[in-house]
Amino acid sequence: MKRASFNQLGLPVWLLLPQLVIIGVFFYWPAAHAVRSSFYLEDPFGFGSTFVGWDNYAGLLASAQYVKVAVFTLGFTFLVTFFSLSIALVLAVKADKVIRGTRTYRTLLMWVYAVAPPVAGFLGVMVFYQGNGPMTEFLALFGYEFRLGVNYYDTAAAMVAVATWNHIPVNFIFFLSGLQSIPQSVKEAAMIDNRSGTRRFWDITFPLLAPTAFFLLIINITYALFDTFGMIDALVKGEPGNNPMTLVYKVYVDGFRGNDLGGSSAQSVILMVLVLVLTVFQFRVMDRRIHYT
Amino acid sequence: MVHVALKSISKVYPNGVRAVHPTSFDIQQGEFIVLVGPSGCGKSTLLRMIAGLEEITEGELSIAGRVVNDIDPAERDIAMVFQNYALYPHMTVYNNMAYGLRNRGMAKADIDAAVSTAATMLNLTEFLTRRPSQLSGGQRQRVAMGRAIVRNPALFLFDEPLSNLDAKLRGQMRIEIKALQRRLGVTSVYVTHDQVEAMTMADRIIVLNGGRIEQIGTPAEVYHQPASTFVASFMGAPPMNLLPAHYNGNGRVHLSETIHIEAPVSADYSGQVKLGVRPENVGIVDSSHPDALRFDLEFVEELGAGRLLHGKLGDSGLIVHIPHTDPIPGGEVYVGLPKSALVMFNHETGMRL
Repeated sequence: MKRASFNQLGLPVWLLLPQLVIIGVFFYWPAAHAVRSSFYLEDPFGFGSTFVGWDNYAGLLASAQYVKVAVFTLGFTFLVTFFSLSIALVLAVKADKVIRGTRTYRTLLMWVYAVAPPVAGFLGVMVFYQGNGPMTEFLALFGYEFRLGVNYYDTAAAMVAVATWNHIPVNFIFFLSGLQSIPQSVKEAAMIDNRSGTRRFWDITFPLLAPTAFFLLIINITYALFDTFGMIDALVKGEPGNNPMTLVYKVYVDGFRGNDLGGSSAQSVILMVLVLVLTVFQFRVMDRRIHYT
Repeated sequence: MVHVALKSISKVYPNGVRAVHPTSFDIQQGEFIVLVGPSGCGKSTLLRMIAGLEEITEGELSIAGRVVNDIDPAERDIAMVFQNYALYPHMTVYNNMAYGLRNRGMAKADIDAAVSTAATMLNLTEFLTRRPSQLSGGQRQRVAMGRAIVRNPALFLFDEPLSNLDAKLRGQMRIEIKALQRRLGVTSVYVTHDQVEAMTMADRIIVLNGGRIEQIGTPAEVYHQPASTFVASFMGAPPMNLLPAHYNGNGRVHLSETIHIEAPVSADYSGQVKLGVRPENVGIVDSSHPDALRFDLEFVEELGAGRLLHGKLGDSGLIVHIPHTDPIPGGEVYVGLPKSALVMFNHETGMRL
């Protein structure tokens, strides 16, 4: 690492200032504000606020609804991460072996990424629509009545499906480039050492993909936790009452629909802590990982 | 005993490019064969077909008496050393060597024994728990060798294994590989574009050009009796001198109107030829010598162990190699082309007459 040294403090501070200002104004100031509001009970119309200490937090942890949403978020994150990673891996492994029309094939697989989450949500609504959604009709063939927005688990399943579908392309691109960075000769050496293609995959290819997979794991967890907001909004819009939602969506519902700014701020603070923990975990593991070069 | 037999093996890629024209040769038990040629001559393709990494378009390949065309690389009883070592980066040196054995269902104790023998042989014992990224180029090369040795295969395949090493290490590994192969007695096919490696390591050299075999022979045969002008100019540094000349079939070769010497062979041919002579076989002679030819010395290249005299014989360029103990000739220089060291090629086909 190259080290530069400055004689005075003035110049480096000046050089850093724009960056510091941006971070300060757009990240720390709102975050600090959220932390502050989380200790107040705010008047819905902004006429005043009362300091309530840890009451907002205590209220959340005591709320059965909050715990339910947290559990759902956990399950949702796990399922979305698992399915989008594993399906993308299968697609990438197959795409890596395509000889003719490689580009077309890959482009087609990546297309879905261009669909923005809220649009994906609307597509989900259409596909699972109670009246004549193709997926609803398909499931009806098996005698299952799929009721989006009415049945809690049906809605949850639709959420998982749409979120997974929307995020497969990102995972696919990373897995594919990971696969292609494995030297051909290593694969060939393995062909001479082991005749079973499946075993070769788990013994050689998969461990070499592990750094990519770990990186994607973090990306996917963050995606499922935070970036699915628009999709969920499209799916449960209007009747969030009994429907499943994630913690991030609940922040919005409580804060803007329920006008409980204090409680909603406390929820954001909890999410901030969660992100912090996740980041620390990521850096710890990444540091310990061996880079195979 | 014939150990590996190639019968009219050819390779045509799906895009229609013919990389290897029908090629046949036999490899004897314990023989060290070097496939040599310029880039794109098909030497690697040929090796990869033997390994099973590349499908054989036509022809029949047998190893140890068994036709292996449709047999998986893992079941051909071969081991291969790759140009960039192709070690498994996430495995220790021990596991790199043991992986192939485990997949063959070998007992743990036997694997231990095989790996530790190979490690001792290759001075790798202290590195067994390291990963490839913690090793130097030469050590990685030895691990790749070890991975091949532990398998105790019927056939070793080497795909330019030394080209990623620096010159000094290359010379050393060349000797180590050759000594190891002698000791283990395993039949080997070695691909290289380096003619020094080919000369020093091979029992027999196969020179390839444009997907065809130019010559098969011992290093001495290939060097002194090249089958074609291609072999003559590919092997040896500097390459063989090829002087354009005319041959009438009357026993004399005419290098020009006035310069003519006795022909090395009496071929039933007349027309344009190329007269080949190795630089070290051209002698500096006295003007009174009966076959003395006038040589216009242009410049001298100092090699330490000898010198290269660049100049002209008539209108054609000639390089003469003289030992460092000989003085640099001054004034009018004359050279002699000893008949026994001359080879004559057909000018059109490039084949030796």
